[in-house]
Amino acid sequence: MTGRRLVRPVLIAAGLLALWEAAVWLNSIPHYILPPPSLVVLEFIDRGDLLAEHALWTTIEIALGLVAGVSLGSAVALLMARFAALRAWGVPLVVVSQAVPVFAIAPLLVLWLGYGIASKIAMAVLVIFFPVASAFLDGLRRVDPGWLDLARLMGASPAAVLFQIRLPAALPAFASGVRVAAAVAPIGAVIGEWVGASAGLGYLMMQQLARGQTALAFAALVVLAAIGVALYFLVDALLRRAMPWIPQQS
Amino acid sequence: MSSVTAPSEGAALIQTAEPPPGAAPAIALSGAHVDFEDQPLFDGLALDLPAGRTTCLLGPSGVGKTSLLRLIAGLLEPLPGFRLVASDDRPLAGRIAYMAQTDLLLPWLNVLDNATLGARLRGERAALANARRRAVALLSDVGLVDRLAARPDTLSGGMRQRVALVRTLIEERPVVMMDEPFGALDAITRLQLQDLAARLLAGRTVLLVTHDPLEAARLGHRIHVMAGKPATVDAPLEPSGVPPRDATAPGTLATQAELLRRLADAAAVDARS
Repeated sequence: MTGRRLVRPVLIAAGLLALWEAAVWLNSIPHYILPPPSLVVLEFIDRGDLLAEHALWTTIEIALGLVAGVSLGSAVALLMARFAALRAWGVPLVVVSQAVPVFAIAPLLVLWLGYGIASKIAMAVLVIFFPVASAFLDGLRRVDPGWLDLARLMGASPAAVLFQIRLPAALPAFASGVRVAAAVAPIGAVIGEWVGASAGLGYLMMQQLARGQTALAFAALVVLAAIGVALYFLVDALLRRAMPWIPQQS
Repeated sequence: MSSVTAPSEGAALIQTAEPPPGAAPAIALSGAHVDFEDQPLFDGLALDLPAGRTTCLLGPSGVGKTSLLRLIAGLLEPLPGFRLVASDDRPLAGRIAYMAQTDLLLPWLNVLDNATLGARLRGERAALANARRRAVALLSDVGLVDRLAARPDTLSGGMRQRVALVRTLIEERPVVMMDEPFGALDAITRLQLQDLAARLLAGRTVLLVTHDPLEAARLGHRIHVMAGKPATVDAPLEPSGVPPRDATAPGTLATQAELLRRLADAAAVDARS
């Protein structure tokens, strides 16, 4: 079954790549404008170690950014769920923080935090924090009122209600937030690398494009996409495992 | 035989499943008023719940039965003029357990953990160990001993409501508020659960809100019909015999017929006004 379902996307991909290859050769497009897929594959073979080195760097940035961003977003959501005053003051602040385009602050972050990994993690945290905090807070607040009635009559403290009822009930919403975060985390890291860095796939792309090594830039792009997809599925699998009581959609 | 191990929070722990005789107070309320969309659901309503007895409140949907129950349970903020007194002159807060139409089981906890939710939420360690022991005994009693580690989503509706019943009993509260607890079950499962509830809740002061006349006829020591706009409760019907009454016995069926007649009369009055 799975094998048969894979046939169509694989055929489509192969067809598109063949078209691309043919278009480049037939129209004599210069390879620094659009490299044919075959040249991109060759770059993987020739420069695999270089790609791996930069991919590792970017992966570390994304992973650390994801951990820090999810932690920060969760902490903010929990505090806001627990303290109404914090929610009243905090929500507008969070929304405004999202109105500022990440691209616009990227140079500032590099200025403040340097060319190293800190500015990339900060960038990733900025794009990850919001989807996690908003989805989680939503989940924490949208709880079956019957559970809250029950807890109240059982004499539960506000902290017990938060951690034993609201928190587990909000895990599906939290998971949605984290999935979005996993999808956008590479954006944060790569923007950081574009603005100023000495390593990473984003840095490699900028460097090779400037030198007309477009095929290598494409190869970096492919690796970046692969990291994004792998990250998404890894996070998705972990979240499903953490919530066995949530019915799975087939 | 009872031994009090945790005097805090009014949640005295009693070793037996049954509350000690005489511990359940009678409850008198008066001046109850609840508005719904600026219209009074009821205004100045009074009701007595006799000690250690089950009082059924029967009435059409939307008449305000649930609001009245929530008011007594302290889940609705009362308006001035509302009086709620227990016969032992002690406050009711912390002495009421609650069972709703939905089982309210937490999907991430297994059967045993759900049954002992109260002690878990209060963070009482010693009490939790005790509650677990009693929960295992009670869950065996209701036929769920082999499902202690099961998650709620693997249980049938009747099993889930049995866990909810055990959770209510584990709280060892002398007063129990039940809001159509068996409304979502099929007929036979409902009869079985009514038998269980009547047996296990005997001796507690129970308010059972229902729209099923047969349920009221089986379980109520005292049965009120609540109807009208704003709603009032009529003089109670007090059927003879000890609950749970046989669902097919002539006496039970006569009570059911009388309740149906009262409900129909109330509906006719409503339609004329």
